[in-house]
Amino acid sequence: MITEALMLSAILFVIGTFGVLVRRNAIIMFLCIELQLNAVNLSFVAFSRMFGIEGQIFVFFVMTVAAAEAAVGLAIIISIFRHYETVNVDSFNLLKW
Amino acid sequence: MSAVIAPVIALAQGGGQAAAEAAHFEPFLPGLVVLLPLLGFVLNGILALRHGRDSAAAVRRGEELDLGDRASRPATHTLPTWIGPGVLGAAFVITLVNFARMFGADLEAPVIVHYWTWIATGTFTVEAALQLDQLSMIMMMVVTGVGFLIHVFSVGYMRDDAGYPRYFAYLNLFVFFMLVLVMGSSYALMFVGWEGVGLCSYLLIGYWFSDREKSDAGKKAFIVNRIGDVGFLIAMFLLFRAFGTVDFVPVFAEAETLVYAGGLVTAITLFFFLGAVGKSAQIPLHIWLPDAMAGPTPVSALIHAATMVTAGVYLVARSSVLFALAPLSSAVVAGIGVLTALFAATIALKQNDIKKVLAYSTVSQLGYMFVGVGVGAYAAGVFHLMTHAFFKALLFLGSGAVIHAMHDAYHSTHSHEDAQDMRNMGGLKTYMPITWATMWIATLAISGIWPFAGFFSKDEIIWQTAAFGGAENAPYAALYSVYWIVALAAAMLTAFYMTRMMVMTFHGENRTGAEESKHLHEAPAVMWVPLAVLAVLSVFGGWINVPEAIQTSWVGLFGALPTGEWLHHWLEPLTAQAHHIQEANLGELAHSAPFGGGEVLWATISTAAAAVVVFLSIRFVGGQKTVPVAQDETAPSGFGAVLLNKYYVDEFYDRFVVQPIVRASRFCWKTIDSLVIDGAVNAVGLVAKAFGWGVSMFQTGSVNTYAFILTVGVLVILGVAVL
Repeated sequence: MITEALMLSAILFVIGTFGVLVRRNAIIMFLCIELQLNAVNLSFVAFSRMFGIEGQIFVFFVMTVAAAEAAVGLAIIISIFRHYETVNVDSFNLLKW
Repeated sequence: MSAVIAPVIALAQGGGQAAAEAAHFEPFLPGLVVLLPLLGFVLNGILALRHGRDSAAAVRRGEELDLGDRASRPATHTLPTWIGPGVLGAAFVITLVNFARMFGADLEAPVIVHYWTWIATGTFTVEAALQLDQLSMIMMMVVTGVGFLIHVFSVGYMRDDAGYPRYFAYLNLFVFFMLVLVMGSSYALMFVGWEGVGLCSYLLIGYWFSDREKSDAGKKAFIVNRIGDVGFLIAMFLLFRAFGTVDFVPVFAEAETLVYAGGLVTAITLFFFLGAVGKSAQIPLHIWLPDAMAGPTPVSALIHAATMVTAGVYLVARSSVLFALAPLSSAVVAGIGVLTALFAATIALKQNDIKKVLAYSTVSQLGYMFVGVGVGAYAAGVFHLMTHAFFKALLFLGSGAVIHAMHDAYHSTHSHEDAQDMRNMGGLKTYMPITWATMWIATLAISGIWPFAGFFSKDEIIWQTAAFGGAENAPYAALYSVYWIVALAAAMLTAFYMTRMMVMTFHGENRTGAEESKHLHEAPAVMWVPLAVLAVLSVFGGWINVPEAIQTSWVGLFGALPTGEWLHHWLEPLTAQAHHIQEANLGELAHSAPFGGGEVLWATISTAAAAVVVFLSIRFVGGQKTVPVAQDETAPSGFGAVLLNKYYVDEFYDRFVVQPIVRASRFCWKTIDSLVIDGAVNAVGLVAKAFGWGVSMFQTGSVNTYAFILTVGVLVILGVAVL
């Protein structure tokens, strides 16, 4: 049972990673990051069956932080969109020096 | 001085009895002798600082500084008149009391007055302690006695100078350090005084520091002295290695464990002598002393004639035990001394600046002192040191009085003629009779004319050299015979150049100028009284050490002159060990000169020859036509030019020492520092910058790149962890 859960988690994480690397739309990249986080959440829940409740508690933390991150991240994307009228990450390179 | 005054005091204290009882020597406030000049320095220093501040404030307010009006001078300018000479006078009185007590006591070993431990590291300690013995007592008498007279003279000479309090502050500080030098109980303490007097010498040579030439002369003196000081330090380190201490008493007690004429003792003494060469201006480090004449004339009298420059002689006399163990060093000491005596005397023949003549004369006389201590006649060296302090201080102060008068004369007509050039003088005898008379006494004394002080001291040195040269077992006996002849020749030169100076200054027609000569005047009492006292000492000072062997001849007025070899016996407790070493290793010295003839004969020959030279040079120089500087167009040629230019030693040093050092420094600065060191530092910075620039290429600002690198990074880390 746990093997299947971890397999699913790994597949989801790889999909998420792949999406972050190849897609150019900021929203989609963002969603892919959420996918990675939730893949990890899935492994936490799966492991909690073996090692106790702590894994599930950790999932709540991850979800809380992810929600906060989503709020900030979306706000940034909206702000960028207002400025450049695009959310294609190739068309801006602000994150340098 | 000592011999004249001390018996009087001894009598006042019930003298005869005290001496008979051979009383125990009880020092009387010796610390105060040292501290009083220091107190004077502090007080005068405070006054000088206030004086400087007030003067600066007055200048800022736009007020004229007028020192001409003596009544309106501020207290900061008048108080040093009392403080400066006052502390010296008090120190002299205390020294006299101590001298009287020591005179009454039969002092065998030095008395150490211990105050506190200055340095304590492991087994090595330096005590802050004063050593009172016969030698330090003589030096204290000279320093405080002659020092006091020169301080009094300074009042007249420097009263109108704007920096008057500063002058006395430095002068007091000098006396303090000089007393530390002669009274310290160890080489370390002596070195403190040694460096201190060097500092004061620098400060006083450059006293008129706004004149570039004068402040440069101060620096020259200081730097040349540094060379000698290195020798002093190395000698002290060697002593410490050999004995584990640098205190006088234990060092001399253990000195005889060193191998006679061995390498170590020779090295120690030669390094000490290097220090002495620097301080006492001997060849090859004599160049600073003539330049030191840039200072005020009383400073030249006190520091650069009577006391500080004799510190080297004191050092050798103090270390007599060590030098007696090193015959090679002693031969070097005497050789350098006799060479300097002749060399400086020849330069003095051609100088026109009155102070330059005296400066070279001082260098020459210091050479004689080194001959004395070099042949093992330590008492004779100290004797000449003492008499020289009298007559050379007198000559310098006299020249100060002359310069003072000349300066006033030229000042009154706003002339810019040289007040120190003897070509501008002449005929001053009628204007300043006291100065003339006292300076003639000193001139006869320095020329070695009987019965003046210089005759006895110089003749003693020359005779001892002859006796050493004639000794059978003496090392380098032939060399000493040469020394003896050169010393005799230099004595004749001394008689000539001193007489030339007197004739050019005081005799013949006056060349100062018609208008100026009306303002020539005799020195005030505050200046001529010290001259008179020193003149008395220059006459009688030599009588304290009439050689016993010839006291019954005409030299001692057939036994009428007092105290046969008093100074010699006085210093015996200190020189006995050295003489013992000398006698054990060399045997008795000769009683006749290398070419035969005893002490009386050679004393007669030398004084008669000197008298003839004095007489002839009066005729010769008096017959010469001297013209004032302004009209003097004759340039000396041939050897005269060489002498006038001091054998081009300064030029030689400039070319072969100073310039190479400047070039080497420039090389170090331009090539090593700017190019190599700065280049290396800059190169390191450039590499870091280039590396940073290269790495910054990865920082594209594109989110994708970052995500890619991040992922690759995580994969690499995981890969490494798994493998």
